[in-house]
Amino acid sequence: MNKAEAIDVNLYYKDFQALKNINFSAEPNSVTALIGPSGCGKSTFLRLFNRMNDLIEGVRIEGQVLLDGENVHQKNIQVDALRKKVGMVFQKPNPFPKSIFENVAYGLRVDGIKDKHLIEERVIKSLKQSALWDEVKDKLKKSALELSGGQQQRLCIARALAIEPSLILMDEPASALDPISTAKIEELIYELKKEYTIIIVTHNMQQAGRVSDNTAFFYMGELIEYDTTKKIFTNPENFRTQNYVTGRFG
Amino acid sequence: MTHLDTEIKQLKKDTIEMWNLVIVQMEKASKAMIDFDKGLAKDINTIEKRVDAFELKLNMDCENILALFNPVAIDLRFVIAVLKINYNLERIGDYANSIAGIVSHSDTEFDKELLDSTQLTKMFEISQTMLRESLEAFEYENNKLAREILTQDEQLDKINVSANAVLKNSIETNHDKIEQHLNILSIIRMLERVGDQTKNLAEEIIFFIEAKVLRHSKP
Repeated sequence: MNKAEAIDVNLYYKDFQALKNINFSAEPNSVTALIGPSGCGKSTFLRLFNRMNDLIEGVRIEGQVLLDGENVHQKNIQVDALRKKVGMVFQKPNPFPKSIFENVAYGLRVDGIKDKHLIEERVIKSLKQSALWDEVKDKLKKSALELSGGQQQRLCIARALAIEPSLILMDEPASALDPISTAKIEELIYELKKEYTIIIVTHNMQQAGRVSDNTAFFYMGELIEYDTTKKIFTNPENFRTQNYVTGRFG
Repeated sequence: MTHLDTEIKQLKKDTIEMWNLVIVQMEKASKAMIDFDKGLAKDINTIEKRVDAFELKLNMDCENILALFNPVAIDLRFVIAVLKINYNLERIGDYANSIAGIVSHSDTEFDKELLDSTQLTKMFEISQTMLRESLEAFEYENNKLAREILTQDEQLDKINVSANAVLKNSIETNHDKIEQHLNILSIIRMLERVGDQTKNLAEEIIFFIEAKVLRHSKP
């Protein structure tokens, strides 16, 4: 069964159609990159899976968006419960003004978990998974805001991992980071794939090539081409995909 | 035109220039052998130095484009194709130079009858046509023409095989011309290799245009 799937999805912001008849599926333990020019609908598409588009006024969605085979837009779905299953990492690191430990423990506490031993176990595991443990293990009580940008972003990933999500969404997670921090995030994505399914929006073509198994090219709300990353970057079928990945997009 | 377009255009221009030099080398090698012109043989050696310089330049240019521009899709295939074309062209130039060396070191003119009976002259014509057409296919991105070159190589292979018997018979009755027979055999072998290298060029053109790998498959 596919981890994430979209069937005949259309999305409207009032009169404007932002997504046009999208069909898409992501297998478990895969990384899918969403690429395309600004305003093409890739972030809108990403936000379908944790229903963050619901927060936008006048949004209307048609079709089915499935997570583990269940339509996340059906009426009886509890959005809070859905967001526990779908972790999200944003462009700019957004740690809470709390300690490093509390940032990672936050989702667990909100979820009502009170077992200190379990919380500690999950925090350590998440920090190790996000390749941050060695750098912060001696200063867990220090403010997360004291960390560098790259460390803060990995902390946000650790925070997303702590709730053991089914799917991780990343919206340009390394665009605000220096090359070393970017490389760490990319290595992390590669490692996380063993346990998680990841969908990542990126404007960095080389990053899409390095981290993803499959790549989807969006243009003006349409999914133009979706194939293995190898195929998209060596011999795309559609001329618009070729023009975009080769930088000849006019 | 993007910066990468400009770099790729220049890479293509330089490759075409190198290709033309190799064509001239082969033409001169053929003429040097048929006319027994040792002066032409010397010219080939001079051109060889320019071909070698081009090989180094193109290698460096490809390396720079790969490192600085991270080309993908058709751009990546073009750069990879040029890297391999560059290697094959240099090898063809080497064969032309080796043929020139044989002419330079020969004491006697090549026997015209033997050149005809072994079809060595025809081999030169075929290999030069293949080389010129491969350049045309590269310059104008003509994959159809590139595919035609693949079949032309078979003619060279056939001549190469049939020449053995012709030379064997001829040696039996011309003991005084054994060295010339050996020289002709060497040139035939080299032209057969030139055919293979030119076939490689055509395969790289097809790879660049069609993204299809034809190596180790039948045309």
